[in-house]
Amino acid sequence: MTAISASRKPRQNQAWHLRRRAAVILIHGVLGALSLLWVIPFYWLVITSLKPLEQVFSVPLTWFPDPVQWINYIQAFTHPGFPFLRLLANSMIYAVPSTVGAALSCSIVAYAFARMEFWGRDVLFSITLASMMLPGVVQLVPTYLLFHRLGLIGSFAALIVPSYFGSAFYIFMLRQFFLTLPWELTDAAHVDGANDWRIFWQIMLPLIKPAVLAVVVFNFVGCWNDFMGPLLYLQDSTKYPLSIGLYAFQTQHETQWHLMMAATLTVTVPLITIFFLAQRQFIEGITLTGIKV
Amino acid sequence: MKSLRSRGVTKQAVRKSLVGYAFVLPWVIGLLVFQAYPIVASLYYSFTRYNILQPAAWIGLQNFVTMFTKEPLVARATGNTLYFVSISVPLGLMLSLGLAMLMNQKVGGIGVYRTIFFLPTLMPPVAGALLWLLILEPNGLMNALLRALGIPQLGWFRSPVWSKPALILMSMWGVGNTALIFLGGLKEIPVSLYESASIDGAHAVQKFRHVTLPLLTPVIFFNLVMAIIGSFQVFAAAFVVGGIGAGGSAAGAGGGGPLNSMLMYMVLLYRHAFRYFHMGYASAMAVTLALVILILTVILVKTSGGWVFYESAERS
Repeated sequence: MTAISASRKPRQNQAWHLRRRAAVILIHGVLGALSLLWVIPFYWLVITSLKPLEQVFSVPLTWFPDPVQWINYIQAFTHPGFPFLRLLANSMIYAVPSTVGAALSCSIVAYAFARMEFWGRDVLFSITLASMMLPGVVQLVPTYLLFHRLGLIGSFAALIVPSYFGSAFYIFMLRQFFLTLPWELTDAAHVDGANDWRIFWQIMLPLIKPAVLAVVVFNFVGCWNDFMGPLLYLQDSTKYPLSIGLYAFQTQHETQWHLMMAATLTVTVPLITIFFLAQRQFIEGITLTGIKV
Repeated sequence: MKSLRSRGVTKQAVRKSLVGYAFVLPWVIGLLVFQAYPIVASLYYSFTRYNILQPAAWIGLQNFVTMFTKEPLVARATGNTLYFVSISVPLGLMLSLGLAMLMNQKVGGIGVYRTIFFLPTLMPPVAGALLWLLILEPNGLMNALLRALGIPQLGWFRSPVWSKPALILMSMWGVGNTALIFLGGLKEIPVSLYESASIDGAHAVQKFRHVTLPLLTPVIFFNLVMAIIGSFQVFAAAFVVGGIGAGGSAAGAGGGGPLNSMLMYMVLLYRHAFRYFHMGYASAMAVTLALVILILTVILVKTSGGWVFYESAERS
C-alpha cells in the first residue's frame, strides 16, 4: 500500500509534509511556552530553598542563588519548629496502615460486586456510585462526634480506621478491573472445589495487581497530603504529620521563606518520586475514574 | 402458590448470597457508619445547640435563622465561595480541555509535557499554598514579572480585591488532573470520525465543534460535576492562605484574609465547629451547603439529557 500511495501525487505529499512540520513546530511552541509557565513555580521553589534570605525578595529578582546555600536544608531539618523525622514518621504512621486497609477492604468489596451474586447487589452498587456525589461536608461534625464518644480524638485511629471500611472510588475502580477478567477462571476454580475466598485471594486478586497498585499509590498520596483530617483529629503537636508540620512552621516563622521552601520541597519530593515510579498506574487510575489526588 | 425454588430461592442461591454479603460487609458497615449515619446526624444536630460539654438542646430553626439573617460572616463566606466556584470552574474546565487537546497531538515528547502539567496536583495543598504565598508576595516573583511588563503591582493575598483572584490563579495551576481526564476522553474518540470530517471538507474549528465537543460531553459533564462539588468545599488552600492579612501572626490562622475577602464557607464552618464548638450551628451550615450542592448536581443531571451525547443512545 505504501509504495503505491507514495508515488501517486508527489507534489501533494511534499506540501503535506511541510504543513505537518509547521504544525508540529507550532504545537511544540505552544506546549513549550505553557509548560514553561507551569514549571516556573517549581523552579522558584527550588532556587528559593537554596537562597540566602536577603535574596528571596531582592530587587531585581535573583534568578540563581549566589551562593547556593545548601545549609538551608540542614537548618530546616534541625529547626525546632520543624522536627522533620518525627513529622515524617507520623505521616507514615497515618499513610501505611490506611493504605493497607483501603487496598484490602476495597478489593474484597469490589470482587463481590464484580463476581458474586447476591440479592440487592446492583441496588447496593448504585448506592455506592451515588455516594461518590455526596458532599463530604455533612460527614465532618458527626464523624468527629462519633470518634469523640469513642474517646479516639487525638489518636491516629480516627484517620486510619475508616479506610478499612471501603471507599466508593476505589471500589468502583477495582470492580471495573475485576469485570475484565474472564469468567472461565472462576468457573474452572469452582469445578476444582475452591471456595470463594481462595478464588479471590489466590487467583483473581493477583491478576488485578496494577489496579491495586494504583489504589495503593492514590491512597498513600491522599494520606500524605491530607490536611483537614489531621487538623481535626490530631491535637498533640508530637503527632503532627508533614502536612500539618509544614503549616505550623509557616505560622511561626512566616518570614523565613528560604527555610520554608526547603521544608516544602522536602515534603513534595517523595510524592514526585512515587509518581515517576508509578506513572502508568497514576495515569490509568485517573483517566478511568477521575480520582482527584 | 409458586414454590420458593421456582422463584430462584434455591439453597445454592441463598448460600451464594450469604458469601456475597460477607464480602461486602466492610463496605456496608462503612456506608452505614460513615455515610448514612452522619447525614441523619447532621440533620438532627442542625436543629440543636450542642457544644459537646452539655447535651444537645433542640432549638428548631434558630440556627438557620441566625445563619441567614444575623451573621454577616456567613453572607461574606457564601459570597466568596460563590465567586470562587463561578470563576474557577468554567476557567479550569476550559484551561484543562485546552491543555488536553494540545497533549493529544501526535508530537514527540508528550510524556514530558504531561508530567509537567500534572506535577502541581501532586503537591500537598499546604505546600502549594506556601509556594504561591511566596510567589504572590508584594515583592515576589509575580509582581516583578508584572513590573517588567509595565503592569502595576497588585496586592494579591494582601488585597481585599485581588485575594480571590489569587486563589483562583493558584487553583488554575493545578488543573493537570482534570486535563488528564479530558485527555483520556479525547483518546476515546475514533480517529475515523476526524478522517471522515476531513473528507467532507471540515477544517479544524468545525471538527472541534462537530466531532470533538459532542463526543466529549460525557467527560465534560463528569468533570463539571466533580469540579463544582470540589470547589464548593475548598478548604486547605483557603485555610492556610487566610492567615495572611491578619498581621501574619499565628492568631491569623484559619482567618479570612484581608477584610475576610478569602473567607470560604468551609473555613467558616470549621471555625464554628472546631474553634467555638458550635456543633449545632456548624451542622446547620453543613446541611445548607450539602443541599445547595445536591440541588445543583440534580439540576445538572436532569438537564444533561439536553446536551450530553452518549454514543450508545445514538444506536437505538
